[in-house]
Amino acid sequence: MTSPIFHIARNTFREAVRDRVLYNLVVFALLMTGGAILVGQVSIGIERLVVVNLGLTAISLFGIVIAIFIGIGLVSKEIEKRTLYTIFSRPVRRWQFIAGKFFGLAGTLVVNTFFMGLGVFGALLYVAHHFQRSDAWVLVAIYFIVLQFIIITALTLFFSSFSSPLLSAVFAFSLFVVGTFSEDLRGFAAAAHGATGWLATGASYIVPNIAALNVISSVAHNQPIAGGLVLYNTGYALLYSAMAVCGAVLIFERRNLK
Amino acid sequence: MTAIEILGLEKTYSTGFWRKKPKLALRPLNVSVENGEIFGFLGPNGAGKTTTLKMLMGLVFPSAGSATILGQDFRDPLVKAQIGFLPEQPYFYDYLTARELLDYYGQLSGVAGKERLRRIPELLDKVGLQNASNVQLRKFSKGMLQRVGIAQAILHDPKVVFLDEPMSGLDPMGRREVRDLMEQLKQEGKTVFFSTHILADAEALCDRVAILHQGELKGIGSVATLTAGIKGKVEIVWRGSDVPASLQGLGAECHVTGDTVRAIISEDVQDNAIDLLRREKLRLISIVPLRKSLEDYFLQQVKPGLTSGAGA
Repeated sequence: MTSPIFHIARNTFREAVRDRVLYNLVVFALLMTGGAILVGQVSIGIERLVVVNLGLTAISLFGIVIAIFIGIGLVSKEIEKRTLYTIFSRPVRRWQFIAGKFFGLAGTLVVNTFFMGLGVFGALLYVAHHFQRSDAWVLVAIYFIVLQFIIITALTLFFSSFSSPLLSAVFAFSLFVVGTFSEDLRGFAAAAHGATGWLATGASYIVPNIAALNVISSVAHNQPIAGGLVLYNTGYALLYSAMAVCGAVLIFERRNLK
Repeated sequence: MTAIEILGLEKTYSTGFWRKKPKLALRPLNVSVENGEIFGFLGPNGAGKTTTLKMLMGLVFPSAGSATILGQDFRDPLVKAQIGFLPEQPYFYDYLTARELLDYYGQLSGVAGKERLRRIPELLDKVGLQNASNVQLRKFSKGMLQRVGIAQAILHDPKVVFLDEPMSGLDPMGRREVRDLMEQLKQEGKTVFFSTHILADAEALCDRVAILHQGELKGIGSVATLTAGIKGKVEIVWRGSDVPASLQGLGAECHVTGDTVRAIISEDVQDNAIDLLRREKLRLISIVPLRKSLEDYFLQQVKPGLTSGAGA
């Protein structure tokens, strides 16, 4: 018997597809096509830099918006519409439901990112007429963006396990924004003293280190990414997400579904 | 063998801004349902029926007490493979078709692929949705959703079926079909536990009923046992349009229709009423004892003042 997690994840993916979430790919395709044609006409020598910057930033923004706006409804919508009643009257545990929802949305984002990544490489081929060795680093940057999505999905799921969709969106987006400046927060924590220092240090560990996962500028300038950073970021993203999902499970396990 | 055993199950919600104000939803409830019974859980809105069902399904946590289903703790996920549940006014994933929804629920209940292929068309046919099996649920009417809900509740061939207001949203034909289905489930040896506030359904179907009011169990037993203790009423009909004033004093409910008068009166005072009508030289047409119904018992439990006034 296949685990309920798989079936719930598959249904979450199916819901996203049928709710036309993947239609964002059409907008992305138009953006990349238009951007590549425009860049080819107006820039000299920096076409690759512009396409990589534009493409990866668009992937990141599209994905974060999807992660937050689907993530906030993953649990709350099921409670509000009472679809959970017929799930939990079956041999499905609450942690399996949360895990299934997480993997379903993460899977949706991976598929979405895969097609957007194809779009970026298509645009690169259009402006440069051939691929170069350093384009492989673009793949690493896309991988890091996926890790960002996984963290934001887990955080959104965590917030949606106890708060309203609007508050969940505000919390998750705020943490994403603060997380993009996490290097500055760490710098401030190192420089500050006393209670402020303690608070800043605590906050710098709590907020997700999105900055470390953003290598768009480096790969746009053909700079290689160290293997150690790939390992560190993978471990960090998986651990952070696992903790957020466990937090969601702990809260949801105790919740009365009125 | 006992199919469902509820032992002192109770629920108190914390309300108010600081969640310090307790609100009692269900007083300690003790109910035992035998295997193969159709058991009716009756009560007006807000009586605690749905709260009880939600606790048994693990949706809401009880404040105290316990329960077993088929001899196993009700919280055990394994026991859930053997139960089916139809929530009140069910809502399902509206982007799925009826067939996809049943397939999804079948997967979650651990029904094998081949078995799902066989059972799903059979069930859709049984609930009258064979022509809508590939239509997305967002296009379904309330009655059609109720039918899908019933299909998903019995899809995995459960031994115990919990139905929360199963007739809700159905037309008379649909209600009849659900009643037939419940009887069929009983014939198959399954236990049916259903909540309703439609007393005629309960009276027609149930082996036993429990009456809940304001979170408290008011009575439990077979319809015959429960109604045995009710004071009976008789209907007296006579020719004419005059209602003697002293008859009103006996608590009679009188209705004048054309040249006949129909009076409903407690059987305790029927002899006095007949003597009185004879003295007035009124021509009696009939004296018929009225059947004691579950409704009388229900009203007696839920609104004791109302029934004693009417029946006195």
